[in-house]
Parts: sequence; structure tokens; C-alpha cells
Amino acid sequence: MEEQVAAYVAKEQKEPLPPPPSEVGLTGVLRKNLFATPFDSALTVVLGLFSIWAAWQLIQWALVTAVFVGANREACLAGEGQAVGACWAFVHAKLGQFMYGLFPLGERWRVDLVIVLLVALALPLAIPSVPQKRLNALLLMVAFPFVALVLLTGGQFNIGGGWIAFLFALAAFASASFAAGNVTASHKLLRAATWLAALAMVLLLVSNIVWSGQMTLLVFRFSVLSMLAFLTALASIAASLVAAWSGEDGRALALRTLAPPLLVLALVVLLAGDFGLSPVATNRWGGLLVTLVVALTGIAASLPLGILLALGRRSHLPAVRLFSIIFIEFWRGVPLITVLFMSAFMIPLFLPEGVSFNQLLRALIGVALFSAAYMAEVVRGGLQAIPKGQYEGAQALGLGYWQMMRLVVMPQAIKLVIPGIVNTFIGLFKDTSLVYIIGLADLLGTVRRGFSDPNWITPTTAATGLVFAAFVYWLFCFGMSRYSIYTERRLHTGHNR
Amino acid sequence: MTADTQSIREPRVALMRDPRTRGLIIQIVMIIAILAFAAWLINNTVRNLAQANIASGLGFLSTRAGFDIGQVPIDYTSNSSYGRALLVGITNTIIVAGSGIVLATIVGFIVGIGRLSRNYLVRGLSTIYVEVFRNVPPLLVILFWYFGVLSVLPLPRQAIDLPFGAFLSNRGLQTPAMRFDPEAVLALIAFFVGIAGAVVLSRMNRQRQMRTGEQRPTLLPSIGLILGLPLVVFALTGFPFVFEYPEATRFNLVGGLQVKPEFLALFLALSFYTASFIAEIVRAGILAVSWGQTEAASALGLTRRQSLRLVIVPQAFRVIIPPLTSQYLNLTKNSSLGLAVGYPELVAVGSTVLNQTGQSVEVVAIWMVVYLGLSIAVAAFMNWFNARMALIER
Repeated sequence: MEEQVAAYVAKEQKEPLPPPPSEVGLTGVLRKNLFATPFDSALTVVLGLFSIWAAWQLIQWALVTAVFVGANREACLAGEGQAVGACWAFVHAKLGQFMYGLFPLGERWRVDLVIVLLVALALPLAIPSVPQKRLNALLLMVAFPFVALVLLTGGQFNIGGGWIAFLFALAAFASASFAAGNVTASHKLLRAATWLAALAMVLLLVSNIVWSGQMTLLVFRFSVLSMLAFLTALASIAASLVAAWSGEDGRALALRTLAPPLLVLALVVLLAGDFGLSPVATNRWGGLLVTLVVALTGIAASLPLGILLALGRRSHLPAVRLFSIIFIEFWRGVPLITVLFMSAFMIPLFLPEGVSFNQLLRALIGVALFSAAYMAEVVRGGLQAIPKGQYEGAQALGLGYWQMMRLVVMPQAIKLVIPGIVNTFIGLFKDTSLVYIIGLADLLGTVRRGFSDPNWITPTTAATGLVFAAFVYWLFCFGMSRYSIYTERRLHTGHNR
Repeated sequence: MTADTQSIREPRVALMRDPRTRGLIIQIVMIIAILAFAAWLINNTVRNLAQANIASGLGFLSTRAGFDIGQVPIDYTSNSSYGRALLVGITNTIIVAGSGIVLATIVGFIVGIGRLSRNYLVRGLSTIYVEVFRNVPPLLVILFWYFGVLSVLPLPRQAIDLPFGAFLSNRGLQTPAMRFDPEAVLALIAFFVGIAGAVVLSRMNRQRQMRTGEQRPTLLPSIGLILGLPLVVFALTGFPFVFEYPEATRFNLVGGLQVKPEFLALFLALSFYTASFIAEIVRAGILAVSWGQTEAASALGLTRRQSLRLVIVPQAFRVIIPPLTSQYLNLTKNSSLGLAVGYPELVAVGSTVLNQTGQSVEVVAIWMVVYLGLSIAVAAFMNWFNARMALIER
């Protein structure tokens, strides 16, 4: 028997057999991907026919039978026996409204400028290889909102003296802490500066309770006490400056110490100054502009608030934890519409007499609080995923709570939950469409109003306008989700082998 | 060497540097600040309400509502009370949320599995579906169905004929209604008997398999029991029902079961929107089961279908259920968007009540309580389901 087995021995390496013809080439690919089993084949045929039919209908509607030019509804009305598809003439005629709302025609360059600034600041931040990330982020997060605010509203805000004194008192604290960075600076003066700043705060508090006489400085109205607070804050800053100057390396430090008051001064000038921009009331804003304002404010407010709430929910202090849990669960349990209704109907009730917020601001508050709760849960997920050893390691290094969070825990946690954060942003962006229900004219709201316009009522106007709006929303949301996937891959360090 | 009797002494720490004291101080300050803020708000509210001459309290619930509601699943006329109107709203919310959840789950699972199909066409279409619906606001989808599709359908006179005697017009969908005779109760009883029988059968088969390892078919006999038994009883009692077909009169369609366009728009939009999220959850859940499980299943000789049913799906379910719960909650909360097309759910009815009475605090409180209650109910059910499905470890 064994001889028989050994009868055939290959002397050289044999060529491998070619793969069966059903596995290679076009037929192989088709067979594998479309016609693997009889059921698969049936599915392919049915779905294929459906796709062709759907695509054909779509092309018919959007291009072949669509109306591209026209001045009013006459253009988009069907004649005898002919079908009319999309009424793009309507979108074309109303495009300005869809983008800017009722923003005055001559002032629309301001909106364009804000958008250009936004793109110019956000794009370099989004591209990893562009340098100067810190400066870029500072400009986008700190300077841009105020510039945009002034450009969009026209500025010339009526700032009370109390607020100015408050800002300068804050600047005084910042200056004192900068000056304290130099060990050789005079301690006596520094202590005096800190106490003066604290005194300014106390004076401010008192000025809100006790009524004192009115006085005016430039265009700002001060009460006597808030004026005193303002002067005290200035004195504190001066003390810090002298303290910084007296130490080694005095000139550079004095410059740094001077930065906070200068920033506050710039802010006050920016907000109160007259740049020749005519004021535009927020009820004239509309379209994509309102959508972007609500979405971006919501995003900007929800991330820090959400992080704070997430930290609060994991805090060891029972009162802080309980408050955070109640806050988060309350907002998460109710629909956004009720929140918006609440902000529209109840905020006016909550405020003292004479104080009123405009509608946009009320909606912004509602959206920000609502999305902060969702953000908090996303961030908490990230915090929970950080192993305990990281916390212990940070503590063993002697880091304090905030240092530990800022330097060790948060960078890891945020990286883990980037998809969740972007999903929350996308959800927020889509949810901004709800503000139209409480009467704001966002993109969806203007489209909704547009197709009720008697000049444009036709059977296809509504569908056309909504498809256009859907495309704009889709573009933003899809873009965000793609960017999130890209970032996720880029930050996916430490797991690649 | 001088003995230092006090060598180990607690180091003196400044008050703010001691973690325990500091924590206590922070909490006390926070509680005082929150209480002060709340007191300020309440104070302002009370004063504003007094100024607007609005009596607070739930007394308004028993006064006459005086407005009509488009869809009334429970008895309601304009003479009913505000409380009754809100109850109608709650019922409508539950109806649209419940039916939406069912359709969204079915579509979501089909599309989610389709995203993983080997068939290129199925995969592509599923991907397009998910990416389109996920990135568009649900409110827009609702408006699209309502204003873009259902409103421009022909008038009832020229209603589109659908199969089985149903009509589609701008007044909604009109289908034949089944009007049952009293004997039909027997069939209903048979239906429940069938369910009980199926449960008993599956228990018995399971015990048998545990004892002897022999597998008996369970699925088909169960379906036969649940559907077949009532059908047999139905036939034996002589089909005790009549179809009531909608009929075209001069201006309208009369009779049958009418599904209003508001409901249809909300129901379709919410289901298809939420289905795109459920599809992604299902896909992620199936992908989360490691490939080794599939390989091990085929190594054991299970067919593809068996390995799906016995190995992959049970494990995937554990990943799927928690996010699925939150999608169900989202759908329930999104049903409040019915307000935009006039579907009379809780928020729409509530806003009418709010506008008529000015009782904003109370109405908003009712909204919050109802939605929180619904959320807790759905979450409790899903948690129970989750606990049943969860991996039982030591």
C-alpha cells in the first residue's frame, strides 16, 4: 500500500490552479456583490429597478420639468396636461431672505463680513498643520464674538457704569495675579492691589443695593458708589503696575500687567463706540443668519457649561452632585419645544420690572441650557472611561483638582468623546429649526413664510423650498460629521499597532 | 536628647486649604446662592402674575375649554374642561409615539442590517437613506410631508385609488374599516388563548431540549397558534364582520377609517427620521460582536442563519438596547413637533390652553411632568428588558 502512495512525487513546485471563472473578473465581482444567492438576486433586481425609477423621478422633478426663471407664481403653475416639477424660481427670488431675513439690503455686507471672519478664523483652526493654534483659538473664542456682535447689531451699547466698574475690577484681579508671578515684585504693593480690587467689588455690591446720586463720565452713567468702585479698581491696577515695575525684568512684566485693563478698555470702546454702523434690531435678522447665530452660540455656551455640569455630577460634594443631576435630568427629560415655550413665556415672568430680553436672546438661553445638559452627559461618558490610575497619578504628582482636570483628565476624556460632542453639535444645529415655532425667522422659518407668500403659492413651491432648506441643513450636518470622523482618526493615537 | 512630647502634631492649615472645610464652605455658598436665585425668581414671578391678574393654581383645569380638537380618541367636545383637553393631548402623544416607535424599529432594523449586507446595492441604498435622514432636521421632514406631499394631493373628489378600497387625498388616508359583530369577541379570546399556548409550547420545547438535546420547531407552530387559532374561530363563527368602505360623495369621502394628514405627516416623518438613527445603532451593535464569535459559531457547524440567531443577535442586543432606549425617548419627545402641523398632541393643546388662560407656569409644569413621566416609563420598561437580556455573570 505504501508504495502506491509514494508512486507520485512532484519534482518541482507546481503552478497554482487558476481560480474558478465564477470568482474572477467582472462576473465574479457581480456574483459576489449582487447575485450571491437567489434571494440576493431577487433583491438586487427589485432594488435596482426601484433605484432607476426613483432617480428618474428625481431628475424629472428637479431638472427636466423644473422652472428656473420666473417673477411670480404664474411661472410655476402647471398648464393643461403638463406636470411642473421644482419651482427653483421661487428659491432664486427669495434667496436673500433665506440667507439674511429682513436685514436691510445696504447693510448685508456686515453679515458677509462676519461670515468671512468666521471662516477665516475657524478654517485654520480646523486644519491641523496650520501653526499658531493658541492665538487663533483666542481670536475666535474671545475677540470674534464681540466683533460679530457689534457688526450685526450696530454696536453703541448703552453700558452702565456699574458694568464698567465690574470689568475693571476683574481686570484689577488679573493684573495683580500677573504681577504676583514675579517673585521680586514688592509684596506690600501687591497685597494693597488685591485688597483694593476686593474693595472695588464690595463697593459695587453695595452700589446695587444702596441708591446713590447719578453722575456721568463721557457717555457712561455712574452712580457715586460705582464711580468710587471704578476709581478703586484703577488704583488697584496702578498699584499692581508699580509693583511689577519695581521688580527685576520690570518693563516686560509691567506690559503683561497692563494687558488685562487694556483688553477691558478695548472691549468697552468696541461695545460702546460709534463706528458709523446703523443699528439693526434683532427682529430683522433672519434666515441662515439666525440659524447660525443660535447654533454657534449654543455650541459655544454648551461645551463649557456641559463640562462644568459633568464635573459637578462626578463631584464628591453631595450638594454639587445633586444639583448637577437634577439640572441635567430635568433638561434631558423634556422636549426642546417646551423649553423654548418656557423661555418665551416664563423668562418675562421671572425678570423684575423694567428688564426685558428680546426674543432671540430668550431663545438662545433656552437652547444653551438645553444642549448643555446633553453635552454634560457626553462629557461624563468620557470622564468615566478614564481609568482611576490617571486620577491617582495626577494626585501623586501633587496637582490640585483643577490642574488635574485641565492637564491630565480632560484632554484624554474629550478626545474619547469627540464623536459624541460633534453628534451633540449636529443635533443642536438641527434643533435650531425649532425656534421658528416661537416666532423667530430662522432658515426653516423664512422658507415656511416664503411658501405661504400669496405671490408664490403653487403646488410645488412648498416642496421646492423645503428641499432647498433640507439641502442647506444637510450640507452643514454632513460636513460636521465628516470632520468628526477625520478628527477621530487623527486623534486615535496610542491604539494603532 | 530632649524629648519632644508633641513631635506628631496636626499641622495647622489655613481654613480654605483644608479639603473638608473647603468642600463644606463651597457647598454652603452654592446652596445659599441657588436659594437666593430661586427666591428672586419666585418673588418676581409672583409680582408679575399679580400685576397681570392671573390667579395661580390648577383651578383652571375644570373650566370649560371652548375650543375644538381635530383628532379626539377619547370623548371630547368644546364643552369639556381644559383638563379633559389636555388629556386628549396626552392620548394623542401616546398614540403617535407608540405607532412611531413600532415603525421606526422595523425600518431601522431592516436598514441597519442592510448597511452590513454583502449586496452592494442594498448597502448603498441603506447608506444613502441613513446619511440623508440623519442630517436633516425632523421638523423639516414633518413640514415636507405635510406641506410638500400631503397638502398637494388631489381633493377628495379626485382622490387617488389605492389597493383594497383605500383612498389618498389631501384630507388624509381613508381605509376601509372593519365593523365587528359581537361574536367577534370569541376570536379575540382565541387570540389570547393562542398566545398562552405558544408560551406553553416554547417552554415545553425548551425543557425538552435541556433534557434530551432534541430540538423541536417552535417558531412556526407558535405563529400558527397565535394567528391560526383566531382565524379558525373566526371562520367557525361565520366571519362576523363587515367591511365599511369609504364612499365618494360630492365633496368628501364618507365612512371607513380616516387617518388625518397631520397624524400621517408626523407619524411618517418621526418614524423615518428616528429609523435612520436606529439603523446606525443596529449596525454598531452587530459590528460590536467580535468576529471571533462568528468564526466560533461556524466552527461549531452552525449555519449562517443559526449563528445570527443564536450567537450574534443575542450579544448585539446587549449593545443595542441602551441607545435604542434613548432613541425611543427622543421620538416621544419629538412628537411635540406635531404642533407645527397642528396635530393635537400635548404641546399643541397645551399652547392653546396657555394662550386662552395665560396660565403659563401651570401649563409648562404639566408639560414637564407628563414628559418626564413618559420618559421614566419608557426608560423603566427598557431597563427591565435590558436586565433580562444582560449577560448573567457570577
